Amino acid sequence: MGIKTSILLAALAFSHLILLFAGFFAPCDPTTQDRELPYAPPTHLRFRDASGFHLRPFVYAWTSSSAGEQSDDYQENYREDRSREFPLQFCVRGASYKVLGVFKTDVHLFGTTEPGKLSLLGTDSYGRDEFSRLLFGGQISVAAGIAATAIALLVGSIFGLIAGYYGGWTDESLMGVTELFLSLPWLYFLLGVRAFLPLHLSTVRTFFLLTGVIGLIGWARPARLVRGLVLSLRHRNYVLSARGFGGSDFYIVRRHILPEIAGVLLTQASLLIPRYIAAEVTLSFFGLGVNEPAPTWGNMLSTLQQYSVLVSYGWLLAPAAALVVTSVLYSSLADAIHRG
Amino acid sequence: MSYIARRLMRAILLLLGVSALCFLFTEMAPGSFFDEMRLNPQISPATIAALRSRYGLDQPLVVRYERWIKAALHADLGHSIAYNTPVAPLLWSRAKNTLLLSTTALFLTWLISVPLGLWTGARPGGQVDRLVTLVSSLLISVPELVIAMALLAIAVRWHFLRVGGMMSADFGDLSAWEKLSDLLLHLALPVFILVLCETAVIVRHVRASVLEVLQARYVQAALGYGTSRTRLLVRHVLPVAANPAISLLGFSLAGLLSGSLMVEVVCGWPGLGPLILEATLARDLYLVIGGIMFSALFMVGGNLVADAMLFALDPRIRGEGNGADGH
Repeated sequence: MGIKTSILLAALAFSHLILLFAGFFAPCDPTTQDRELPYAPPTHLRFRDASGFHLRPFVYAWTSSSAGEQSDDYQENYREDRSREFPLQFCVRGASYKVLGVFKTDVHLFGTTEPGKLSLLGTDSYGRDEFSRLLFGGQISVAAGIAATAIALLVGSIFGLIAGYYGGWTDESLMGVTELFLSLPWLYFLLGVRAFLPLHLSTVRTFFLLTGVIGLIGWARPARLVRGLVLSLRHRNYVLSARGFGGSDFYIVRRHILPEIAGVLLTQASLLIPRYIAAEVTLSFFGLGVNEPAPTWGNMLSTLQQYSVLVSYGWLLAPAAALVVTSVLYSSLADAIHRG
Repeated sequence: MSYIARRLMRAILLLLGVSALCFLFTEMAPGSFFDEMRLNPQISPATIAALRSRYGLDQPLVVRYERWIKAALHADLGHSIAYNTPVAPLLWSRAKNTLLLSTTALFLTWLISVPLGLWTGARPGGQVDRLVTLVSSLLISVPELVIAMALLAIAVRWHFLRVGGMMSADFGDLSAWEKLSDLLLHLALPVFILVLCETAVIVRHVRASVLEVLQARYVQAALGYGTSRTRLLVRHVLPVAANPAISLLGFSLAGLLSGSLMVEVVCGWPGLGPLILEATLARDLYLVIGGIMFSALFMVGGNLVADAMLFALDPRIRGEGNGADGH
C-alpha cells in the first residue's frame, strides 16, 4: 500500500468518523428552528476586541434590524451586537443527542453559552444551524451511498459469478438483462422506479427504500465486470486442477475465484460510493428522497432551486462543497488502488 | 445487411424489455394516484372505481401490458391522469426541447473531444496532456449536480446568460433575429454544463484509443516511410481510433440523457426532465412510463445511428457482415 493510499484512507476515515459522531461535533440540534434568525450569515470567530487580543476566540450575537427597516436582502438585516462577547468553549453541554443511536448525552466538542449562538456556516431559512445540519445530513447521504454500493456489489457479483462460471445460456440471458439496465439513462430509470413507490414515508423507511432502489439499478455494471473476470479465471490451471481433484463449485468459487475478484470489487466500491452519494443527493434535491425536517445534503441543497436564495446566501452551498470533497477523496482512492 | 438487421432486432427487444420492466414495477407499487382521492369524502368510491376502470387500472398486469403494447404500436402511450390528455403529444412537445438541448450538447462535445483527444494522445506527457488529464479527472469526480449549481450561481450572480425557461417573457414581441439570439442565450448555460461534464469523459476515451492505435505496427511502418505527423494522425490513426469512440457514442447517450434531465430541472429548461419529475411527484403512471419509453427510444435511436456509422466507416464490419465483436 503506497503512501498516497494511506493518506487518502486516513482522510476518509477521519471525515467519516466526524460524520459518525455528528452529535458530538455539531454544536446545535439539526432540527431546532430559530424564527428570529433566518438566513443568518456565518458567525465570525474573533480574537480581538476593544480590550486587545484574546487567546480564546469569542463570537458576537447577531441582531436583526427592526421590522421597519427590513430589506429583502437578509444579509443586510444582520449586525453584530458588540455589547456582549460569548467565548468559545470546549466540551459544553447543549442539546441532547444519542451517540451511535444508543447512549444519550449532551456534551458537544465546542459551543458557546446562551443566548450566544455559534453557527459556523450560518443558518438556513428556518434559522437552523447549517453546520450541524451538514454533519447530520452527511450521516444519511454517505450511509446511503455506502449501503447502495454494498447492495449493488453483492447483487452484481452474485449474478456476475453465476453468469461467468456457468456460461452458456445462463450467461447469455443474464447478460441480456444487464444490457437492459446499462442501456437506460439511470436518472430516468431512478425517477421511474421512485414514482411507483410511496412518496411520504418515515426517514428510516425512505432511507432503506432509496438505497434499495439505487443499488438495484446499479448492479449491472459490477455484474459485467465480475462476469468478465470469472470467465477468464475459470480456465486457469489452478482452477482446472482443483476441479480435477473433485473440488465442488462452491469450494472453487470461495477458495480460488472470490479472492481474485476481491481487489476489483474494492476499486469498484470506491468508484461507486461517491456516485451513489450523488444519486441520493440528486433524488433528495428533487424532493423524492428523505423528507424534511431530517437533513440530507440533497434536501439541504433543494432550497437553492430558487435563484434568489442561490445567489444571496453562499453559505448554503456548504453541502455541495462537502459532496465535492467526499467525491474527490473517494475517486482519488480508487485511482490510487487501481495504480497499486 | 444482416448486421444492421440484427442491431434493429436488438433495439426492439430492448424497448420491449424496458416497457415490461416498467409494468412490473407498477405492479409492485403500493400506492396510486387515486389514494388521495379516496381520502376526499366528496368523491364516492363508485366514481373512483369508474375512473380506475377507465384508465384500465382494475385489470390484471398482463392484460394491461398487452393493451398498452397494442396502443403503443399506434403511437398511443395512454392517458395522463393529472393532465387529463393523451400522453404522447404531451411528451413530444417537451421531448423536442430535450432533443434540442442534448443534440447540441452532443455535437459540441464531440467537436471538442476528438481534436483534443487526438492532440493529447499524440503527445502523452506533454503540457496540454497533463492539463487536460488533470481538469478532466477533476470534472469526472465532481458530481454533475454540483457543477450545474455552481455554474448556475455564477450565471445568475453576474448576469452572464439568460437563465430560467427557454425564452424571455417578451419573446412574442421580438423580431425573428432577436428570437433566435434569445433562444441561444437561454440554451447556452445548460449546453455548457452538459458539454463540460461529457467532454471530460469522452476526451479520456478518445485519448486512450489514440494511444493504443499509435502502438500498432502499421503506424510504425507509416512513420518509417516518412509520413508527416499530421497526415499520420488524420489519415491513419483517426479512422481506426474512431471505432471504439463511435461505439462509445451509444453508451455516452445514457449519461447525456441523465445529465440533461438533471440540468433541465436545475436550469428550468422545459424539456422532458421537469415534466417527468412532476409526473413522479403526482404519481401520474402512464406519463412516467411514457417518459421512460421516450428516453429509451432516444437511447436506442442513438445507438442505431452509432451502429450505422460504424457500418459505414469500418470495412471490417461490412466485410464480415457480422458485428458481434464490433467493439
